[in-house]
Amino acid sequence: MSDFSRVKIEQIRRAFGRQPVLAGIDAELRSGELTVLMGPNGAGKSTLFGLLSTLSRPTSGRILYGNRDHRYAAIHLRHRIGLLSHGLLLYGELTCLENLIFFAKIYRMEDPLGVASQWLEAVGMTYAAHRPVRELSRGMGQRVALARALMPDPKLLLLDEPFTGLDQAATGLLRRFLSLARDSNKIVVVVTHDVEAVSGLVDRLLILDRGHIALDQAVDRPPATQLLEHYRGTVG
Amino acid sequence: MAPLDKRLPVDAEEIVWPKSKRREVGALGAMAQVWQVVVKDSVVEWRSREIVYTVGLLGVLMVVIFSFAFVQEGGTVPHVVGGLLWVVLVFSGTIGLGRVFDRERESNTISALLLAPVSRGALYLGKLIGVMLFMMLTEAIVVPVLILLFKVQISDYGVFLALLFFGTLGFAAVGSLFAATLMRSNSRQILLGVLTYPIIMPVVSAGAKGTTALLMDPPLVAGAMIWLKLIIAFDLLFLILSMWTFGPLVSSE
Repeated sequence: MSDFSRVKIEQIRRAFGRQPVLAGIDAELRSGELTVLMGPNGAGKSTLFGLLSTLSRPTSGRILYGNRDHRYAAIHLRHRIGLLSHGLLLYGELTCLENLIFFAKIYRMEDPLGVASQWLEAVGMTYAAHRPVRELSRGMGQRVALARALMPDPKLLLLDEPFTGLDQAATGLLRRFLSLARDSNKIVVVVTHDVEAVSGLVDRLLILDRGHIALDQAVDRPPATQLLEHYRGTVG
Repeated sequence: MAPLDKRLPVDAEEIVWPKSKRREVGALGAMAQVWQVVVKDSVVEWRSREIVYTVGLLGVLMVVIFSFAFVQEGGTVPHVVGGLLWVVLVFSGTIGLGRVFDRERESNTISALLLAPVSRGALYLGKLIGVMLFMMLTEAIVVPVLILLFKVQISDYGVFLALLFFGTLGFAAVGSLFAATLMRSNSRQILLGVLTYPIIMPVVSAGAKGTTALLMDPPLVAGAMIWLKLIIAFDLLFLILSMWTFGPLVSSE
């Protein structure tokens, strides 16, 4: 069984050579919670995302997805993890539809064409279905990348600066998906400094500073100003 | 239902989360995933024609330049042709190999593949078969030009094609492993050759020796068969080791 209702980070340490990036952090991410991960540049946010997505391995410590240790069960967990990162993670030579069909097939989803078409419609990109991804603007590409990340119906959703390059309509679309993901009991983690974009959505605020957790606090979907106050109060 | 490209962007409030079902991967599923990676790489190459054209052109140019230097009245010596063929294949193959993996690096699609529920072995096989296809297409361009310009007579095309196929497999098996490992390295173009060539030396030298044996007058088919068996043995070794090490090497960023 690959389902899980929480992700537990236990004493995770990650170093590149002798340089520690994460210095033994502990945290717990829960179903139905939207966690915003903030921190200054170099705090270790992307490194933590790499570890949570199973793309890289910690130097020491472990991450538990439910009761499963990622070191021994990564392949069984991967289809339950969705990642939207800095890069689009899409093939430029393939069209939007072909990209989604390819990933639907790789994820062994039933009716790949149907699923891909539905997701293109859901992110408002049906009109560009047959355009190669390399011809899309950043915002359009980000919508298709969002569809790629959400299409396998992941339990853990990791979004690294997802609002970059999005216009107002696309930001509204992404906020809607974040709400839907949380309401359907997914574990959502968003790295962002765009506090306006996540205003009224956040259940937990996690602030990293120089490889340590500077703040791990449950919040009640506060407005942007309060999020900013928390951040400034923690890292200055 | 309106045609796909006639519909307009949706309003955020109207969105519902599309549902989907997933099948278990299993052994057949893993083969299907290998096939999907091969098809995807082939479509990407078909759209750009980057690897086959550039690598094919490079290979032909190398053969033409060598022909000016080595072809005399009445042809050339078999030892030269056997060696040249494999030098051309390995050098042009290295360029193509690097490009196949550069594509995955440029938009970080390798992360999307590594994040998918695909075993590392299936991913490796998919990339390997893709590399093999591109290299064999290039060989289909380069080898006839070499035969024509060097005026060589090949006595046994079956053994010759087998030497090419298994030699290419050995090169692609090791090359794909190192190309994937070096994807994030800034010096990958240099390091790919430096790391790959010493390891594939037995395959390349056996390929050259086997080809030379077939070009001799009279041809030494039995001798070529011995070299072919040696290449197949190395291929097996390389394939097993590469499938075993691919996962840890590509995951250890």
